[in-house]
Amino acid sequence: MLGLEKKDFALLLIVAAMVVFAPFILNPFPEGSSLAQMFNAGYPDLMQRFAIFGILVIGFNILFGLTGYLSFGHAAFLGAGSYAAVWMFKLVGYDIIPAILLAILISGLFSLLVGYVSLRRSGIYFSILTLALAQMMFNMAYSVLGNPSSGYNLTNGETGLQVYNSDPQIFLSAAGPNFPNLLGFSMRSETHLLIGNWDFTLNAGYYLSGLLLLISFYISIRIFRSPFGLMLRAVKSNQQRLHYTGLNTRPYTLAAFVISGMYAGLAGGLLACMDPLAGAERMHWTASGEIVIMSILGGVGTLIGPILGAGFNEYFKNILSKINDSVLHEWMAFLPDGFENIMVTLIHPFVGKGWHLTLGLLFMAVIIFLPGGLVEGGQRIGKLFRREKANTSSAETTPSRETE
Amino acid sequence: MDAIILQILNGLDKGSAYALIALGLTLIFGTLGVVNFAHGALFVIGAFCAVTLNRIFSISFETIDPTKTDFLGNPATIKTTYLEHWFGPDIAAWMTDWSVPLAILLAIPVMLLVGVIMERGLIKHFYKRPHADQILVTFGLAIVLQEVIKFFYGANPIQMAPPEVFIGTMDLGILLGFEANAIAYPYWRMVYFLFSALVIGAVFAFLQFTTFGMVVRAGMVDRETVGLLGIDIDKRFTITFAIAATVAGIAGVMYTPITPPTYDIGVELLVLSFVVVVVGGMGSLPGAVLAGFLLGIVESFASMNEVKNIFPGIDQIIVYLMAIIVILVRPRGLMGRKGVMED
Amino acid sequence: MGILEVKGVNKRFGGLQALGDVNLSVQENSVHAIIGPNGAGKSTLLNCLVGKLIPDTGSVLFDGQSVLGRKPYEINQMGISRVFQTPEIFGELSVMENMMIPCFAKRDGSFALTAFAAVQDQKDIIEHAMQALEDMNMADKRHMHSSSLSRGDKRRLEIGMCLAQKPRLLLLDEPTAGMARADTNNTIDLLKEIRDKREITIAIIEHDMHVVFSLAERITVLAQGRPLVEDTPENIKGHPKVREAYLGEAQV
Repeated sequence: MLGLEKKDFALLLIVAAMVVFAPFILNPFPEGSSLAQMFNAGYPDLMQRFAIFGILVIGFNILFGLTGYLSFGHAAFLGAGSYAAVWMFKLVGYDIIPAILLAILISGLFSLLVGYVSLRRSGIYFSILTLALAQMMFNMAYSVLGNPSSGYNLTNGETGLQVYNSDPQIFLSAAGPNFPNLLGFSMRSETHLLIGNWDFTLNAGYYLSGLLLLISFYISIRIFRSPFGLMLRAVKSNQQRLHYTGLNTRPYTLAAFVISGMYAGLAGGLLACMDPLAGAERMHWTASGEIVIMSILGGVGTLIGPILGAGFNEYFKNILSKINDSVLHEWMAFLPDGFENIMVTLIHPFVGKGWHLTLGLLFMAVIIFLPGGLVEGGQRIGKLFRREKANTSSAETTPSRETE
Repeated sequence: MDAIILQILNGLDKGSAYALIALGLTLIFGTLGVVNFAHGALFVIGAFCAVTLNRIFSISFETIDPTKTDFLGNPATIKTTYLEHWFGPDIAAWMTDWSVPLAILLAIPVMLLVGVIMERGLIKHFYKRPHADQILVTFGLAIVLQEVIKFFYGANPIQMAPPEVFIGTMDLGILLGFEANAIAYPYWRMVYFLFSALVIGAVFAFLQFTTFGMVVRAGMVDRETVGLLGIDIDKRFTITFAIAATVAGIAGVMYTPITPPTYDIGVELLVLSFVVVVVGGMGSLPGAVLAGFLLGIVESFASMNEVKNIFPGIDQIIVYLMAIIVILVRPRGLMGRKGVMED
Repeated sequence: MGILEVKGVNKRFGGLQALGDVNLSVQENSVHAIIGPNGAGKSTLLNCLVGKLIPDTGSVLFDGQSVLGRKPYEINQMGISRVFQTPEIFGELSVMENMMIPCFAKRDGSFALTAFAAVQDQKDIIEHAMQALEDMNMADKRHMHSSSLSRGDKRRLEIGMCLAQKPRLLLLDEPTAGMARADTNNTIDLLKEIRDKREITIAIIEHDMHVVFSLAERITVLAQGRPLVEDTPENIKGHPKVREAYLGEAQV
């Protein structure tokens, strides 16, 4: 169906179900309970981020997971997309369609340029080139092109690019909402479903992002299963052999780079649609580092890894930063006082403001012990169960590792 | 002309920091074949050794002096630092004044230890793994290290002062035959430059004139053969890594009076140091040093007002531009060996 | 005019004359071996043929067209397929996927943005690849992960991948290097089969004399970058200069 194999279509359906029912799945605790405050993730901001960063990492995965090129500068395209979208808001109006289209276009152009330069080298040189180029673009966004007093203030530097009442907004209709909207339907509009003690928020912005996530996911599956995808995997596996087999690897890697850049641009544009503000820090190389972390956490080179990684990262970032000392004391209350304090002191550096530390440690643990990320973890657990059930050997043939 | 000289001098101290970090990076990459994204963090650890020593020197205890009273009429509490208590006020004052250079004595064992633990505990397991994995795990380590520092020392810059004798500027103008005060250069920056020259010289001398150094140099050219010669390469790797870490650390120590250290300066310096390594030539030690100074000076020139008027913001991007041009035009860098890391 | 004509090729690296005035003529549909002691310049010559190096002077013509200055993938599309010294295959892909790639290269050229077709729908490619696998007696292994193949099988796969493109010239770079006797004989048999059943020119750089004398119809001997002699195997066998060049290496 839809040109997909059965297994892939099933996966697409599962992800579709996850997207549709996320507001319910992510809000398992009744409203008002302390567990809800801590663990409920079903509010619009966060859910939108799940979807948007899912898109971002799906695209990045095409370059890193499939083709094997580690770019440390992809946040630059995310930022470019955001800036482009906000400019559309300022010039044309709050309709998101032109904003998203421009975001994809601009980031596509940027990634074409950056890719053309960076892909002249491979391996570490490539990574450092992307790092250097991205940091250069960040600096330009922050200072050179962001100086309000200069004639070419494209980014408004530190303050960030915003929409003001004085902006032209040519096509802004007086009747429409004063906020990014899809044909009049504001991204902020939401309905609450109250079932018993539970409060589920259905938000337009989230569902739009979710829809785009599904479309992006579908496209990525098609790419994975296509001859083009096969060539990318061949590039990763043995670029030299591919070259000597008559294939010019440069256009393949450039295409992968631009595709991943456009995904990032889409994500950036969507971020601006949910909150019409674009800042340079979105382009800083540490943001690029986070993209890398998300894709590794989920599982590099797999289909569902990017979505898992993005979701996992955003969710735990959210939870970890909410845990502060008082919460810890609450949890440790059952311990005798002395122990309680010891436990709180021990855990304290890893939560709240210290969540970066936990993320860094987790990341290192994944690289060292579980380089395949959550997907590999899931596969290993599955194998444990299967080994207990059946005892069949796999004969002489080892099945090839299909991308999940 | 004097402005030019001043700019060159201005670039020297930052260039020295770049050179020292790049030196360590190249040593690690050339010998161990590992790309160490945590190297900037090592610089920061060293810097915070200086901070720590300073704090240790300031640990004081209180005594009550019944003979004096404070303004409220209570017996005065006198804060004496342990330092004063043990060594007497004069020596204590001297030690506190010189805490930054003295911190080198603290930093060296600390960095050696950190380097050994890092290499034995982590890096060693990544020799055979692809460069991407090395980058990623050391990147993770860098995050962890800087968060640990942030946890213990907070997020604010911590002012550190050089020894008093080095506070202020020296008038180089007169020395070089220009007008007085035409070239005023801070003493401590000159000290830093000389210090780094010394360290660089020491490292090169070590590599050139000792057997260990010879093995390291051989390993940089052909690691496999050296291993095959039956030389215990493992131990030498550990020692090399520890040395590189120490160089980065003491570079950090001495840099604290120039820029107040924060937990995240490692990251910024690292990115630039990688750029330096690439420009100088990956695998070339003299290249790394030269490129470090070169880029520091170029950055300095780019921040001149005259230049900024023509190209606003050029100082922010000039270093990266240079890296891009070098990678494209001469991928092995200014002094890199042919065939290292080439496509 | 041979299908591969090398004339007057010189290559210098600093102070070393790696290739000095090399002439070579490989006749179509023959098996031509290039031998020589270590340092004779065999690898350098090979690199000049496949686009990795450009000689300082001289010409290399394949089927009348110059090869110099072209990228390796272009040279492959011209009809030269290269087998590496250590088997180079796509270790992360299955055997079947490995075989499909040269088929795609043949069908679609050096670049095709076929991002929306599905691999499994490419019936012609699958058929082509299956045929190529069957020719190599590897069809039963097609779902295996190629990195888990034995070295001999990897070699077979690589040769199969090269042949799938129906090249005019198959270039082998010390194909039996480091192989045990059994594997070497298998490779010889395979190459014999290829020579007999197909219309293909084979150029093989080899160290192992047993391989050379089992297969070659003509042999070029290089020594210190220069061509020493080019003749039939019988004449090479007893040639005093050849023996001298090898200084007692490998009893023929």
